[in-house]
Amino acid sequence: MAKRSAPEVNAGSMADIAFLLLIFFLVTTTIETDSGISRKLPPMEDIEDPPIIKQKNIFTVVVNKYNQLLVEEELTSIEDLRSLAVEFLDNGGGEGEDACNFCQGPGDPKSSDNPVKAIISLKNDRETSYKVYISVQNELVAAYNDLRDREFMRLNPNDGLTFVEAFKMYSDPRTSFDQKKSLKPKLNLVKEMFPQKLSEAEPSKNKN
Amino acid sequence: MSKFKKKKGGELPVISTASLPDIVFMLLFFFMVATVMRDSTLMVKNKLPAADQIQKLDKKDRVMYIYAGEPSSRYTDKYGSQPRIQLNDKFATVSEVAAFVLAERATKRQELQNVLTTSLKVDGDTKMGLITDIKQELRKVNALKINYTTRIGNYTQNRD
Repeated sequence: MAKRSAPEVNAGSMADIAFLLLIFFLVTTTIETDSGISRKLPPMEDIEDPPIIKQKNIFTVVVNKYNQLLVEEELTSIEDLRSLAVEFLDNGGGEGEDACNFCQGPGDPKSSDNPVKAIISLKNDRETSYKVYISVQNELVAAYNDLRDREFMRLNPNDGLTFVEAFKMYSDPRTSFDQKKSLKPKLNLVKEMFPQKLSEAEPSKNKN
Repeated sequence: MSKFKKKKGGELPVISTASLPDIVFMLLFFFMVATVMRDSTLMVKNKLPAADQIQKLDKKDRVMYIYAGEPSSRYTDKYGSQPRIQLNDKFATVSEVAAFVLAERATKRQELQNVLTTSLKVDGDTKMGLITDIKQELRKVNALKINYTTRIGNYTQNRD
């Protein structure tokens, strides 16, 4: 018997099958990853005798039900919020052991002692719009980031990175282990210099 | 010169399509790798507010999503136009959030249970009252890491 070669499988429909799959994945795909403002909520337990905080170390931001912004009891527009927050955090009005040796603010004794003591208190109404709330959060985080960038660049001039860039690199899974290890203490140092102390009050009930 | 004699018949040469499957497969693999499937259909309006001081939510396996906003136009007849919470594929009330978080947590691997982040995808026009209620519920079940998921953009885009 003559040797017969194996019959060839027709691969003509392969393209059709692949197209079908391709279209399926094209339709279901969402490539972008989510991003947003990360926050940590305070735990539920009540703190007994809360620490006494000097009024001058608190920066009050209130958003009322008409979406108006009150910063330190004065009506402010949101454009000015970032610079006001920076000025408050960077004031450095403390003396003695509260003194701040890296602050560049005016050192007003009526404003915050140093960035570690400074607290931003954010209060909103139940009727406040979420958009406005996010804008305010965004500007306050921006104020912290601006200051952290400044100090990070001053302390690590050779890296050529801002704090935000360095943090992004640190959280990127592609960054090598050694690089992460060298970044971590630098990041933590700047975080300690400007800790994000953003306190949110329970929202006021609308009584009228 | 016979060498340069024109071929007879003006038929176009057939283009070989043998490499077409290869090209398609290449695209297919790209999309298969890059794809993330949506696990729930949105039943609420979800125009996220814009922000630029943002962090990425990279690891999808440690994130749970809570949606909120006005019911989308298909559901307004049935559910009205008051902002509502959506958990998985259902509308829910504030009191169901805690149970949802606990159930989600139980489905994750042991070592991830303490590092879960809750992503709040809330429509920009929602009032803060609802979000505050959600946050209180999250505090009750100790799900303290949250992320206000936003679009990338400047805060001035939030005005309209």
